[in-house]
Amino acid sequence: MSGLRILVPVKRVIDYAVKPRVNKAQTAVETAGVKHSMNPFDELSIEESVRIREKKTYPSGVEDILAFSCGPPKSADILRTAMAMGADRSIHVEVKEGEEPEPLGVAKMLKAVVEKEKINLVFLGKQSIDDDAGQTGQMLAGLLGWGQATQASKVTFDGDGKGVTVEKEVDGGTETVKGVLPMIITADLRLNEPRYASLPNIMKAKKKKIEKMAAGDLGVDVGRRLKTLKVIEPPPRQGGGKVEDVDGMISKLKELGAI
Amino acid sequence: MISRSGISVLRQARTQLRTAGPTPVASLSALARLLSSLAVLEQKDGKLNHGSLGAITAAKKLGGSITGFVAGGNIKGVAEEASKVSGIEKVISVDNSAYDKQLPENYAPLLVENIKKGGYTHIIMGHTAFGKSLMPRVAALLDVQQISDITAIEDEKTFVRPIYAGNAIATVESSDNIKIITIRGTAFAAAEAEGGSASMEDGVDSKAESTTEWVSENLAKSDRPDLATAGKVVSGGRGLKSKEEFDRIMLPLADALGAAVGASRAAVDSGYADNSLQVGQTGKVVAPQLYLCAGISGAIQHLAGMKDSKVIAAINKDADAPIFQVADVGLVGDLFDKVPELTEKLNK
Repeated sequence: MSGLRILVPVKRVIDYAVKPRVNKAQTAVETAGVKHSMNPFDELSIEESVRIREKKTYPSGVEDILAFSCGPPKSADILRTAMAMGADRSIHVEVKEGEEPEPLGVAKMLKAVVEKEKINLVFLGKQSIDDDAGQTGQMLAGLLGWGQATQASKVTFDGDGKGVTVEKEVDGGTETVKGVLPMIITADLRLNEPRYASLPNIMKAKKKKIEKMAAGDLGVDVGRRLKTLKVIEPPPRQGGGKVEDVDGMISKLKELGAI
Repeated sequence: MISRSGISVLRQARTQLRTAGPTPVASLSALARLLSSLAVLEQKDGKLNHGSLGAITAAKKLGGSITGFVAGGNIKGVAEEASKVSGIEKVISVDNSAYDKQLPENYAPLLVENIKKGGYTHIIMGHTAFGKSLMPRVAALLDVQQISDITAIEDEKTFVRPIYAGNAIATVESSDNIKIITIRGTAFAAAEAEGGSASMEDGVDSKAESTTEWVSENLAKSDRPDLATAGKVVSGGRGLKSKEEFDRIMLPLADALGAAVGASRAAVDSGYADNSLQVGQTGKVVAPQLYLCAGISGAIQHLAGMKDSKVIAAINKDADAPIFQVADVGLVGDLFDKVPELTEKLNK
């Protein structure tokens, strides 16, 4: 039984607190000059991986935590953050801004990394908050033929070093499944509370290694299958109708046919 | 080895074939005949999940033939129920209790086998917890880029979906031969459960093993309507201050309106309400006739889950709360006074 070799894919996205704006040409969301940060769900997967190491919850320990990102040069910042939180090293597949592969392409890249780096656990976020696709983890599990547990809120390991019990968030409550390593797990919001990287750890992370690659280096086809024809702002809502009191609210709701 | 002259003969033959082939399809109705959709329907404990019938509605919009797919133990009853759904032509069922627990590890290969056998052009399923875990796996096995959580269909390859928590709406065109789509439940109402008379057929059982096994579930039980499909939703946020207050203030209001109960992430994280009640980008997306919320400020992530509601009403003591920018009816005031008063007056 060997230790865990964990792969944590992370994505650089527009910060969750920023309200995105559609560009004038209606081709995409404006990203220039907008604050970016690590996809919130990916922070949870890094945090969980580091906790497995710190709390020694896996019997033979954690051998390696490898962060991965496919994105523009600035994605290196996100990888530094991941390493400051506790990842050991990183792989950065550099692509041009706006030319990030789709989930299927990313999953194919991750499969190549899994095989090359002898990974036995991949921890992903359940979705990226920009594309909201929620596909990459499941696609990777399908490509590898591994078990998957999505929207995880709790992960525990058996003493035998094989079994993994995962509590998942599902419609209407939670569900618990048991899988065996190697496995794919995607993190839900309630998995943990990610830490802030401390200054000493940020300094240490600067010495950790980022291996740079081009999309072609992993030998997979990451061509796009979906063409974005148009991106528009959603129709604005006419809000702002305030009433004075509860009676006013009731009569307005009746008027609108809502009650 | 083909000789050089052989190659040119082949090339010539191919050119002729191309010109002799069918002329390009002009009208959409002619094209519709070539479309065949597989709607993946969900079941639980031998009952068809009517929420999953939105997939049939989406398939109807595409045109072409519609086949429903169900799998599980003692599936006959579910298949019969599905065969009565309006618009459906055929129901394929696989009777095997191994599929009851909705494990994507064995369900995905099962679906792939049946998709290959049936030669469908479109595979449609709800963007539910099961749909989210299953369909990307199916897509990867078929080497297809899935299109998640669509809200509209423009034509057989063009779909509309919200991105960035609903702050932008993207129209995408798929170049894949098979389109794998999950649909947003609130954008496609469930098809009528009556009026159809589909033929029934046994599907192929691929009998794939799952490395993952189901252990248990812990579902929140409630007599109130289901949050995702309710006509009215009342929702509470951080302003409720505690679980006791949440239950004391919000539940009677829900009962007075016959509404489902929802909550903001803040309320869920603080333990005021169950996780499964979270409305927002990462929780449930709802679009009821009435969404009445109290003590919710209206963060981007929350708005993503409810801003398509027909009427939004908000009670909040902060007159500048962003929720008032989207609310049709806003009341500035202390929810601890206003909500009980509202409940009382509604009960009269």
